[in-house]
Amino acid sequence: MEGLVAYGFFFLTLVGIYGLLALGLNVQWGYAGMLNIGVAAFFAVGAYTSAILTTAPSASHLGGFEMPVWIGLLAAMFMSGLLAIFVGLITLNLRSDYLAIASIGIAEIVRLVLTNEGWLTGGVRGLAAVPQPTSGRAPDWLAALVPAPDQFLYMLLVLLLLMIVYWANERAWRAPWGRALRGLRDNEAAARAMGKNALAFRLQAFTFGSMVMGLAGGAYAHFVGFISPEAFHPLYATFLVWAMLIVGGSGNNRGALVGAFVIWIIWSGSEFIITRLPEDFIARGAAVRVLLIGIVLQVVLLWRPRGLLPEQPPRPIENDRSISSPGRTRPR
Amino acid sequence: MEVLQLLLYGLILGSVIALGAIGVSLTFGILGFANFAHGDMMTMGAYFGLTLFTILALPMWIAFPIAILLAAALAVAIDQTLYKRLRGQAPVILLISSFGVALALRALVQIIWGPDTQLYVSGIQRTQAYFGLRIRPNQIVVLLGSVALMVALHLFLQHTRMGKAMRAMADNPDLARLCGIDTERVAIWTWIMGGGLAGAAGIFLGLDTRLHPEMGWTILLSVFAAAILGGIGKPYGAIVGGLVIGVISELSTLVMPAAYKPAVAFAILIAMLIVRPTGLFAGRST
Repeated sequence: MEGLVAYGFFFLTLVGIYGLLALGLNVQWGYAGMLNIGVAAFFAVGAYTSAILTTAPSASHLGGFEMPVWIGLLAAMFMSGLLAIFVGLITLNLRSDYLAIASIGIAEIVRLVLTNEGWLTGGVRGLAAVPQPTSGRAPDWLAALVPAPDQFLYMLLVLLLLMIVYWANERAWRAPWGRALRGLRDNEAAARAMGKNALAFRLQAFTFGSMVMGLAGGAYAHFVGFISPEAFHPLYATFLVWAMLIVGGSGNNRGALVGAFVIWIIWSGSEFIITRLPEDFIARGAAVRVLLIGIVLQVVLLWRPRGLLPEQPPRPIENDRSISSPGRTRPR
Repeated sequence: MEVLQLLLYGLILGSVIALGAIGVSLTFGILGFANFAHGDMMTMGAYFGLTLFTILALPMWIAFPIAILLAAALAVAIDQTLYKRLRGQAPVILLISSFGVALALRALVQIIWGPDTQLYVSGIQRTQAYFGLRIRPNQIVVLLGSVALMVALHLFLQHTRMGKAMRAMADNPDLARLCGIDTERVAIWTWIMGGGLAGAAGIFLGLDTRLHPEMGWTILLSVFAAAILGGIGKPYGAIVGGLVIGVISELSTLVMPAAYKPAVAFAILIAMLIVRPTGLFAGRST
């Protein structure tokens, strides 16, 4: 029973981290229609930034700054945002499929740097002993209540970050900013004619989404404690996150979270089954799981293209009710 | 001399990229979406060839053409089951679908043939020297095979009704439709050509280097770069683009660590997107 509860914390923490990635991608794809196939790049930059800033000195990679974790997370967002501005300035004025092609290039180059620049990242051996902010911090009364109290606290931390980003996303969806993004997505010529600066809005959305992905990367690094280039294979980050957003419903933040939950159940549930099969199958088991997610994605695209929770037009913001109520006009 | 040697290796790699880029350029130009599964179709073709050549022990000149036909059939089958039903939707939906197909194909390769590196011919091939340049017998097959396929493609595009229809569709889909071209038949032929050439490119890549489930995905960026360099919808441009990318990638090892070779294609792609997004031969930009 205790093991099951501890596994529940582990499961929900990872759902939270992937939920962050899905929310970040939702701003880019769901709100603004920008195809980012390089989610892994921003995830990895965030993870390595936070890890390098917070680890103890080590001979195998740059480090020894030993900063607090919250600075690491802020820096993770900053670096991912910087990369996004650089990529965005080049590609966001082009048609959306060129951005998709350029973004796989970014992901590939980030992976090459992680693998080859050993002085910075530890190369293929990765970066170990990333501090876990909640380890040993749980008070005794909590330890008496739940098993694995450190993990429980970290789960709460990730879910808190998730709620903050969810709130920000929802707020942006209803704000004029979100409306401008949807306008650019659905009819760029019309939005431009209304005087909206397409590049500026896209760049803001792309950078915001990428910063959230960087935050997810930092949260991931401090959760698992060890990161290597293998963990940022395009498969695990990019493909799973896309599957989550499409299955959940792009343009809908609750959909993104539902998608993260559902896909992660399929992904880790199938691992649970496959590791119990004969050994010959285990080596190929990972491929079977990818195939399964691939089929789920195609089924949803064909028969429920708007996802489990389709995009909804936003509810009006409370303060603005006066606009629609009769007999009153808003002072200008 | 070292430069000439790298130039030769660049032409070999470039012809592999070119064969892939022709397919990308045709499907992109005619059907309107960037097919992210193209690299993994190359992988499939290479492994079809592996089964026919090593397990069924057919001679190379029978095994590889059959593998190319199988790759073409696979491309048509994927189109008919998935892409055809999505054709009414925005092209980006097709792109996302093809991204899913890419991963599914790679997973299939790992399930059927295993995750390890494999070779068509085991053992080290002896290099031969002509005019002071080193080349392996496999690489001669790649060069001659690529030239033969490109000549065949040229004859097909210039001298058959379907070839002309495909060029018309790539130039201006709406105008082609108005002229009464059967777009569904053109779509199927586009996949036959694109899939078949992808299969050939995969086989040649396997001959030049080795077979691995990620071989196609790894080279996809170079293939896209070549297609954009040559201009989307321009098969001849794609050939030039492929050769340019191949040669520059190999020559870059003179001044850069070889580990960053894959980044060269990306740098060319970015430079191209900034300076001349329609490609060298003024393909379509929208």
